[in-house]
Formats: sequence, structure tokens, C-alpha cells
Amino acid sequence: MKTRKLVDLAKTIRSKNAGPDKITFDIIFREKENYDLVKKSGVINRELICNIYNLQEREIADFVEFDPAYAIKFTMYRRRPSGSPGESDVFGCQQYAPLLDIEIPVG
Amino acid sequence: MKEELKFLCPNGHLGFAPTKEESYYLGVQEKPDFILCDSGSDDIGPGPLGADVCASPREWQTHDLELMLVEARRLGVPMIIGSAGDTGTNSRVDMYVEIITELARKHNLPKFKLGYFYSEVNRAYLRAKMDQDERIEGLDGRPDLTYEELAKTDRIVAVAGVHPFMKLLEMGADVIIGGRSSDCAIFAAPAMFHGFSADLSYYLGKVLECASFNAEPYGGKESVLGTITREEVRVKAMHPAQRCTVASVSGHAMYERSNPFFEYVAGGVLDMTHCHYEQYDEKTCKITGPEFHPIEGKTKVKLEGSGKIGERYIGIAGIRDPYTIKNIEQVIGWARKQVEEKYGTNGYELHYRIFGKNGVMGDLEPVKEIKSHELGIIVQGVAPTKEMAEEITMIGTRQLFYARLPEVKGTAGGAAFMLDEVLPASPGYMWTLNHVVAVDDPLELFPVRLIEVGKEE
Repeated sequence: MKTRKLVDLAKTIRSKNAGPDKITFDIIFREKENYDLVKKSGVINRELICNIYNLQEREIADFVEFDPAYAIKFTMYRRRPSGSPGESDVFGCQQYAPLLDIEIPVG
Repeated sequence: MKEELKFLCPNGHLGFAPTKEESYYLGVQEKPDFILCDSGSDDIGPGPLGADVCASPREWQTHDLELMLVEARRLGVPMIIGSAGDTGTNSRVDMYVEIITELARKHNLPKFKLGYFYSEVNRAYLRAKMDQDERIEGLDGRPDLTYEELAKTDRIVAVAGVHPFMKLLEMGADVIIGGRSSDCAIFAAPAMFHGFSADLSYYLGKVLECASFNAEPYGGKESVLGTITREEVRVKAMHPAQRCTVASVSGHAMYERSNPFFEYVAGGVLDMTHCHYEQYDEKTCKITGPEFHPIEGKTKVKLEGSGKIGERYIGIAGIRDPYTIKNIEQVIGWARKQVEEKYGTNGYELHYRIFGKNGVMGDLEPVKEIKSHELGIIVQGVAPTKEMAEEITMIGTRQLFYARLPEVKGTAGGAAFMLDEVLPASPGYMWTLNHVVAVDDPLELFPVRLIEVGKEE
């Protein structure tokens, strides 16, 4: 089956701290078609996120499809609070890179 | 009663990076009824709250306050700031009150009323509640507060809802400097004070609090103008090249929160599930349908607390030898062992971040194989005293140089140092509280004050 990378389908792929204990990820599409394509493919789900980031299911706080913004959003708990010694991304803003290469089946 | 009110928000975090002036003055030309923004965030980590310092230079904060104060007084409209000085601690509120007073003198402003409130909470207050078997409930998966965690905490702020802002507006404040506050309450309070619905008022705050982050194309620190009516909220980008679109505004609902449908504040929850977004004109998005659900029973107020872990030093090392790169964990293991030989395994923290391997993502990094031809290693030592922090960081860094790998070709030193010293860093802190406390009267946590500033008529 033909696939396309998420980076070529989405307008924005980002991560950001959400309070001291969580990092939240947004995948936002410009076109409804691409959003529907990715949403319907079902490829992006809790299980995939766990595999990519080496997480237990309970470490994912939220997973939502947000139709008004053509967006898929999920949130993970941090293992240590933001800015603790040894942490290296206080804003959590460089944690999205592994999402770019997710392969989405297209037709 | 007015049919609509206009709110100018110049900056999503006052002073963190200076406000862009062009779009701000375009916003002022729209004759806003309020000029307001927040000045704080927990994004900056636990250090500033713990150490009671700002995360940005005073000069930047003064710059932004000056822009707002001068125009607000000229237009004769209230100016409102929340979370003064990044953390909203008492000392930051006092500092902003001092800056406003100085600016009033500098610009020879006629007399006005300056209201402010504090939001620090002392440990004894919480301990007394816990002694009465009251829960201090943990957020985001944290357990309820224990005496032990409380004892590790150096400084606590409560996050205000609309209550102290409304109180100060009632008292006739022209300028309000808030302690730590929910961003959206800063905007919701004046709207509700003028009789607009809680549903639309809280949403107005939610959509304005990050200024131009709700506009496109991306560009921070530009002004946006929000309008509230009896039926709707409208938000307009002030920068000539930015627009507030259905996509940018609905997308902003997701920004830095785990769920785009709900926003929790002291007093209830804003429910955005049924929000309807519509393009109003080229630069303006119109929103209808948000709902605010007040909490039943006691108001729950969020608490943020930070505790010091210890003094901190940083060491920096570089590795280029391919065999050493391959065996980097072994090299670090050697250096750790040298620290343990002197100090044992407890009573300090020693952290290694290996850039070129997983320095940015740590355990979350899915790429396990090192693909880089060189590594940068940052060593962090945290200990009760500066002397000890310096020494463990020094051992932990310099011993990378002496690591014993059986087949290494280079026997004159296993690590490159840009300087053969370790650097003092700010102390290490940790978020110890991310909890809520239940109160009968939200104002009990936020004492309000009102003074007069400016020259006599």
C-alpha cells in the first residue's frame, strides 16, 4: 500500500509543556481532506504513541481528535517535573520530531 | 450597560520578550476599554519561583509596562496585569508596584488608583489544613500533598481566578497588578464586572491570553484585540500581516493544555466543546457557544510550589574517538564510580546528558543507535553545598578524560574540554506542588491593596 509521511500531510506538528507535569503534542492539518485521511487511517493512536516514545499506556494523559481545528492531540506525563535537574527540555518543545516520519497509508 | 467592550492584549507573557510596538499602537488606535495581559507562566520551570527571582531582565518588563501604562492613562481605561514578574510572588508584585510608581513619576501622570493583590501561601496555612484532615488534592496524577513534600517546598503561590481582580475593580482601581493568576481570569474579570456572561467572559480570556499566538502566520509578541458582546466574542489580529482565522483561533484552544475542550480555573471550568468559529472579516474570527460551569461547593484554587534540591555546577565535555563514542555508557559509568568512591551513592545528584545520542529526549528517544561522529556531554552536579556540587561535577567531568577503555587507541585523554573547569549554575529546584486547595472564600488567599499614585491635581 502507498504511504505518505505525516510531515507531508500536516501543517503543524509540535510539542509543548502543559503545566509542570505534562507534555502535549499537536498535529494540525490545513486541509480537512488530510485530517480526515489521517484520522480515518487510525494509524495514530495510543498504542503507536507508546511504541514511539517507549511509554506505558498509563503515561498517556489524553488522546483527542479535535475536529474544529483539524487536529489530533495527545498528552503524556513527564517522568520528572519540568525543569528538574537532569531534565533537558523545560518547555517540552523538541519532543515531536519522531512523529514526522509516521507513515500514513494513502489509497 | 455597554453593549460591547474591547480588550487590547499586547503580549502573551509581559517582559519575557519585549512587546512589538507597531501592532500595539495600531491596537491603541482602536480605543480599547482595557489594556491587559499576563506576565507569568510555570513554563519557565521551578527555579524562578523557588529562588524568588524573575526570568527576564527588569528593563524588558519596564518597557512593556511603560507602553501599557502611558496609553491606558491617556485613554483613561484600566490596565490589568496578572502573574507579576514571571512567578507572581509577593516580591514580584511589590517590584511591579514600584515600577508603576516610578513610571507615573517619569511621565508626570495625574493621580490614579493602583490596586494590587498577593498570592503567596505559607506552609503553615497548608499544614493547618492538613492537620484538620483536609485534602490538598494532587493534579496531573500527583498524590495528595504529604507533610514530607510540603517540608521540601520553599515557596508556594496560589493561582487566582477572577475574584481579586473583580474586588479591585469594585474598589475603583485604574491599574491592577496581580499576583499569580489564571491567564484567562485577567480578561474574564473586567468583562464579568461589566455584566457580560461568564460563558463568554472566560472564553474571551482564554482566546486573548497568548496575544498573537492565536493568529497566523506565526509570530509572537504582537497585539490582538478582543471584543465581547452579549452574543459573541471576536478576536482581531493587530499586526498588518497577521489574521485571526478559524484555523488559527480554534488551533490555539489546544496550545499548551492537555485537552482543547476544557479550561479549569478557580471557580469552575470553561467548556469549549460546543464552540462555533466563524470568519467575521479578513482579520477577525467570531466565536459563539462556549459554556462556563461553576464549581459546586467550595472553590478549588490551584497551588504551585517549588523546592530547592541543592547547589548546582555544570561541566562540558566533547568526544570524537569512535570507539569511545560506541562505549560512552561505560565511560560515564567509570566517571560516576569515581564520584561514588568519594561520596557514596546518596546525598547528591549527578546527571549526564549526551548530545549526539539522546541529549534532548532522554528515555523518550526512539533512535537508539548513535549516528553522530561526535558527542557533547553536559554534566550536572547538584549537592547541598557549592563546594560539594563543584567537586562532584569536577570529578564527574574530568574522569571522562581518564576513563579506562581496554582497546582505546588514544591514550593521552578520553575527552576534549573547551575549558578545564566546571561552571556555577543556578541552584537546582523541583516542582513540589501542583495541587489544589479548597476554600470557602477565594479572597482569603489573595489579600488586596489599593494606593494612590501620580501627581496631585
